Amino acid sequence: MSKKILLEHAHIEGIETFDTYRKHGGYEALEKAIKTMTPEAVVEEAKKSGVRGRGGAGFPMGMKWGFLAKPEGVPRYLVCNADESEPGTFKDHYLMKTIPHLLIEGMIISSFALGANKSFIYVRGELMYVINILQKAIAEAKAKGFLGKNILGSGYDLELVVHPGGGAYICGEETALLESLEGKRGNPRNKPPFPAVKGLYQCPTVVNNVESIANMVWVINNGGDAYAAIGVGRSTGTKLISASGHIKKPGVYEIELGLPVEEFLNSDEYCGGIRDGHRLKALVAGGSSVPIIPANLVYKTANGEDRLMSYESLSDGGFATGTMLGSGGFIVFDETACIVRNTWNFSRFYHHESCGQCSPCREGTGWMEKVLHRIEHGHGNMRDIDLLVDVAKKIEGNTICPLGDAAAWPVASAIRHFRDEFEWHVTHPAEATRPGAVYMGEAELV
Amino acid sequence: MNQVAEPIAFTPERQKRVDQMIANYPEGRQKSALLPVLHVAQEQWGWLSSEVMDYVAKLLDIQPIEVYEVATFYTMFHLDPVGKNVIEYCRTGPCCLMGAEDVYAHLKQKLGIQAGETTPDGLFSLKEVECLAACGWGPVFQIREKYYMNLTNEKVDSIIEELSQ
Repeated sequence: MSKKILLEHAHIEGIETFDTYRKHGGYEALEKAIKTMTPEAVVEEAKKSGVRGRGGAGFPMGMKWGFLAKPEGVPRYLVCNADESEPGTFKDHYLMKTIPHLLIEGMIISSFALGANKSFIYVRGELMYVINILQKAIAEAKAKGFLGKNILGSGYDLELVVHPGGGAYICGEETALLESLEGKRGNPRNKPPFPAVKGLYQCPTVVNNVESIANMVWVINNGGDAYAAIGVGRSTGTKLISASGHIKKPGVYEIELGLPVEEFLNSDEYCGGIRDGHRLKALVAGGSSVPIIPANLVYKTANGEDRLMSYESLSDGGFATGTMLGSGGFIVFDETACIVRNTWNFSRFYHHESCGQCSPCREGTGWMEKVLHRIEHGHGNMRDIDLLVDVAKKIEGNTICPLGDAAAWPVASAIRHFRDEFEWHVTHPAEATRPGAVYMGEAELV
Repeated sequence: MNQVAEPIAFTPERQKRVDQMIANYPEGRQKSALLPVLHVAQEQWGWLSSEVMDYVAKLLDIQPIEVYEVATFYTMFHLDPVGKNVIEYCRTGPCCLMGAEDVYAHLKQKLGIQAGETTPDGLFSLKEVECLAACGWGPVFQIREKYYMNLTNEKVDSIIEELSQ
């Protein structure tokens, strides 16, 4: 049986309401934290749990909390990153609409730990209906005395504000998100200073993903050590995986980290296997930004070990033969998928979403999109393929924020593993541009 | 002679919501309310004209340019008049794997317009957008707050018919 920490009660009817959530143990962690623990003790549990940033970066949350500066007389802020926009990722969307109080409770516990009296949940503006759900949950929590002034008679005050974005992938980058929250364009800031020292309104700030914060409820109820006992190695706990593409059962699944990829993809408990009559061609394991891997590297690493759903195993082999867990955006491709077309699609996305601050990203993403467009549409030449590799290399590592890397990796990895498919588009333009045309060539299917 | 135009002002109900939004942020940080207030403005006027943006600037006590630069950065804001129902369809990878391109071709044919255009009766506008965070339920489009998921040609037909009533 799979271990469920976040979605244990997600299937219960009415779980989005305070009363039902409360009936199933909701807000007990908050009571425990506020009535029996010091903020420092809560931070200590977060550290022990080993929870890593679930937005994609995978940085240990407790350590991030530990960096928060605490100068006298300066407010501190907790900001929840609910700007979920990474293609292939929809787990926070699902969590917030299904069990909003889990995030609210996690936010109150985390704000208490960090000494924040005003915290924000920055939700992408497209999810206005989810924002309404969260607002309702906040109003309920407030009415019951779990939020607002003097929470549960502890003397601790917290105001929780839900802030809508305006449609911009870049605002998922934490410093761009803070700029946006200040009412500006979402241009990422140079670091240092890091948000932990100078964040929102130049005050010390922690930015955490929805899923990371929601985990704190279980961590407080059961202890950081118990959380760290779940999972494998430094990949502790569970992870929400957004499964999409050519599978029988797309959706959001909670898995214990360390689950074999093969089981996740083929078991009826999760994806249910590739859709009928088709075979696996490629996988993007952690959102569009991570390297794509061909079928023969999905179930086994290059060393022949079982590939597991964990930070370490998915990235085993580095960029040569590995991918990344990232945000858990698990996109599955069967043999009907054209890798060139998909790479062009992703490139168009990054070009569209580049904020334009850094030349390598602003110019490079547009350049890659154009070159990929011409290859996909039968006007490419062989030099274009190397040109793409060259441009990707020159973006990577040369920008203020990771959007540049995120744009470079899908292109570089697609060419690394499916070069023959790109070459076929160049040598067979008439065939390649027929609707639905796919070159099978050397791709190994599983 | 001065032209008599309808003065630009939020309805009392919306003004109340806007006041609450501004109060959400610390004193002197009212600019933080810009995105939420622009959403309310778009809800009232359908799109953001420069007059509306100037009005929002005055309301938040910031320069008009501060509103323009934000409104032009974020893709949800319409800077030109749009139809009654703006269909924002996701064109990103995972939706396309699920046959989105064919469904959108059908949608365009049905409405007789391309992305960025509005039907002559003013009922529908089409807008191409990037990932809407609903990849497992694709193809997907959004009309105002509502998500329409697992789209097929037949579903598109019935949605358009329903909204044409």
